[in-house]
Amino acid sequence: MLILSNMNPANVKEKKRLTEPPKSVKIRIQRRDKADSTAYWETFEVPYRRNLNVISVLMDIRKHPVTADGKATTPPVWDMSCLEQVCGICTMVINGRVRQSCSALIDDLLLDTGNDTVTLQPMSKFPNVRDLKVDRSRMFEHLKQVHAWIELDGSYDLGPGPQLSNEIAQERYAYSRCMTCGCCLEACPQYSDDQYIGPQAIAQARLFNMHPTGKINIDDRLNGLTGDDGIGNCGNAQNCVQVCPMGIPLTRAIYETNRDVTVNALFGWLKK
Amino acid sequence: MASNGLKIAIVGGGLAGLGAAMKIAEAGHSVDLISVVPVKRSHSVCAQGGINGAVNTKGEGDSPAKHLDDTVYGGDFLANQPPVQRMCDMAPQIIYLFDRMGVPFSRTKEGLLDFRRFGGTLHHRTAFAGASTGQQLLYALDEQVRKWEVGGQVTKYEGWEMLSLVLDDHQVCRGLIAMDLQTLELKAFPADAVIMATGGPGLIFGKSTNSMTCTGSAVSACYQQGARYANGEFIQVHPTSIPGEDKLRLMSESARGEGGRVWVPRKDGDARSPRDIPENERWYFLEEKYPAYGNLVPRDIATREIFQVCLEGHGVAGENQVYLDLTHIPAETLTRKLGAILEIYEMFVGDDPRHVPMRIFPGVHYSMGGLWVDFEQRTNIPGLFAAGECDYSIHGANRLGANSLVSCVYGGFTAAPSAIDYAKNVERGSTETNGIYDAELKRQAEINEQIVRNEGGENQYKLHDEMGKIMTDNVTVVRYNDRLKVTDEKLLELQERFQKISINDSNLWATQAVPHARQLWNMLQLARVITLGALNRNESRGAHYKPDFPERDDANWMKTTIAEYSDESPVFSYEPIDVSLVEPRKRDYSKGKAKAAQVPQPGSELKPEGREEIWVKEGKKVAKGESIKE
Repeated sequence: MLILSNMNPANVKEKKRLTEPPKSVKIRIQRRDKADSTAYWETFEVPYRRNLNVISVLMDIRKHPVTADGKATTPPVWDMSCLEQVCGICTMVINGRVRQSCSALIDDLLLDTGNDTVTLQPMSKFPNVRDLKVDRSRMFEHLKQVHAWIELDGSYDLGPGPQLSNEIAQERYAYSRCMTCGCCLEACPQYSDDQYIGPQAIAQARLFNMHPTGKINIDDRLNGLTGDDGIGNCGNAQNCVQVCPMGIPLTRAIYETNRDVTVNALFGWLKK
Repeated sequence: MASNGLKIAIVGGGLAGLGAAMKIAEAGHSVDLISVVPVKRSHSVCAQGGINGAVNTKGEGDSPAKHLDDTVYGGDFLANQPPVQRMCDMAPQIIYLFDRMGVPFSRTKEGLLDFRRFGGTLHHRTAFAGASTGQQLLYALDEQVRKWEVGGQVTKYEGWEMLSLVLDDHQVCRGLIAMDLQTLELKAFPADAVIMATGGPGLIFGKSTNSMTCTGSAVSACYQQGARYANGEFIQVHPTSIPGEDKLRLMSESARGEGGRVWVPRKDGDARSPRDIPENERWYFLEEKYPAYGNLVPRDIATREIFQVCLEGHGVAGENQVYLDLTHIPAETLTRKLGAILEIYEMFVGDDPRHVPMRIFPGVHYSMGGLWVDFEQRTNIPGLFAAGECDYSIHGANRLGANSLVSCVYGGFTAAPSAIDYAKNVERGSTETNGIYDAELKRQAEINEQIVRNEGGENQYKLHDEMGKIMTDNVTVVRYNDRLKVTDEKLLELQERFQKISINDSNLWATQAVPHARQLWNMLQLARVITLGALNRNESRGAHYKPDFPERDDANWMKTTIAEYSDESPVFSYEPIDVSLVEPRKRDYSKGKAKAAQVPQPGSELKPEGREEIWVKEGKKVAKGESIKE
């Protein structure tokens, strides 16, 4: 039924699109009424339009919460805010892959699977609040654990910060784009039940350890990473770096922070 | 609890709210920080371009005085000038502070902060961190506030939505009521002062470039409890946004700067693929109407023309969209010059703008209006302060690019000491505050119960769509008094129908239906303020344009609109503007020759042509060219 096409005859790289889109798209949603109740599935049917994304499909369903077989139900609950893939809140598991739902285009999803169904599930590594909504507050707790900030004398005027090469600034920028969405934790085989702090917090520690002022407190950050849930739990599966929507070099952060931890363990006593 | 016992509640965790929280914690006081989303996910993350501050590291003789002049001129002389001056004076310090907090700003080869050009100025005044400066600045404040959270001075209530203020018998603000968005539990937050920092109300227009949290609901609640709302009719509409089914996303002006052409098919409803429509069947309406400037007409004109073409039914496929075409430029050139912004289009639309013309439409972007505040960020309600996009104080009738981030931080940094000052001196609640929290909790609980109980078959999301559509059609780019009247009638009708909504969610755990219903009611109130403010103002100034009154009318309208709530209709009054620093002059973008170099690089915006230079030194005007250095 669905035909893949590459419209550009000049062999220039161009977006593949559905040439014969279905009349409607089936949306399978894994639902849960409350944190402790059992999950169940419901399927909805939404008329196909060009340029639908997962959010707009959910908005449609929210307006008419009736399943594909005509049963009236409750509107699915999910989180959304910026819809520009920069706030991280709308993350969910879409066709088995963790990603932001705002940038998940229905056309792309249908092209990927070759059928007319899209499956939505909440992230599995975080407490499920209701339907597609999860509670990721532990990620912010992890940021406390690694002291992910610069210690200031005060926010009053003390002139500019330290001079810095643009190369370092750009490297830090890459880490600083982390929007705490949790994709890396969802994909990490080591991360479950909070036994491992995971890539995002390690990368944030790296972000501040690279800064001339941040370096002063490197011990505080490394201490946050050497407990039972620390950096040693990384199993080097490298899933994190593959699912990160911001392209953050997470495995590099883990490698470099591990090196800092080792150096600190070997030579830390010299500072005493 | 801090030793001297001051407790300040802040609503909103974007740049303004976090800035205020940091300052208050640093001063040794306690903060309750209430936010509908985890603060790190606030709308400030969406700002891309940069933050303005006349740091003058490029040898251009830039100064805060020139920043002031650019800002009040760009704002078409509707802003009180003293707070703008204070913001421009503080701006370099703000940028340096963020530098110290570790924001990865782009650097020069010497390792100093780099600055770029932006709209409405001749100077390199905009510090930037990649294409996501707002995100980077927000994260820096988020990190600092997290430190204070660990220290116990800041308590965050994330996933809580403010419903109302708690006012005592003398209309003094004593705290607020908020709702837990999971349990729907209501809780009173007693406070010595409350700072509103909730951002803009873009969702009143249905789809906008704003985040889904930008309902203006909490600000509207303040308004309905007696806070004045100022200049509501001034809504900035960006000419080129990407229409989406769910929201509008910004397409940078630099696409036109690099040669992008705006057109629609000459034949209405032409169903052909744009690439199959020959050149002579395309209507390049900007080039036709403005031969000198072509597609590079200033932002407000481009916005109006595109809007008008679509309103008259000439939009692509009869819809509200026109083509922004780059396909005549080699793909390799486009990638080199515009790569980052083209990727945004690709990510969300799926088409590659190197080969398929983009479909764009003006999008509601920013509210210059907001809660009325004095020069110390105090609203008219004692104990209530406001900062950021939700206050009206800085941008006048039109905001310049890269001024929003600096105004948010300035507002937060000014509201904090102001609120502390107030809280130190206010008499603590005693007998007269007894019972006011319970009474307000009860009132709010009853509103919730009413919403759950209502049965009338109206769908709240459809009402929201209807409000958004009529507001977008009639109260954005081009405004006619008859259509504004019709809009107000429609808003009244929607308020009636609101009483008959049936929430379609029988499960109240983490339901989004009850919070949305409350937001919708508050948006309907604020929508009337915007609409009637526009109806009253018979002139054209900045973002407010009436074809029937095409000129700016300083004699009658150089004044601040103030709306106050009453049960029937908003009551309007007007306040003179403090123009003691820069003398008002005509804002004229039509003169001057069009130059290819007008939009020199991605992320930059048009600079106003025909602009006089009037500089200011210590509050006094000096002649052009005279030294403004000490």
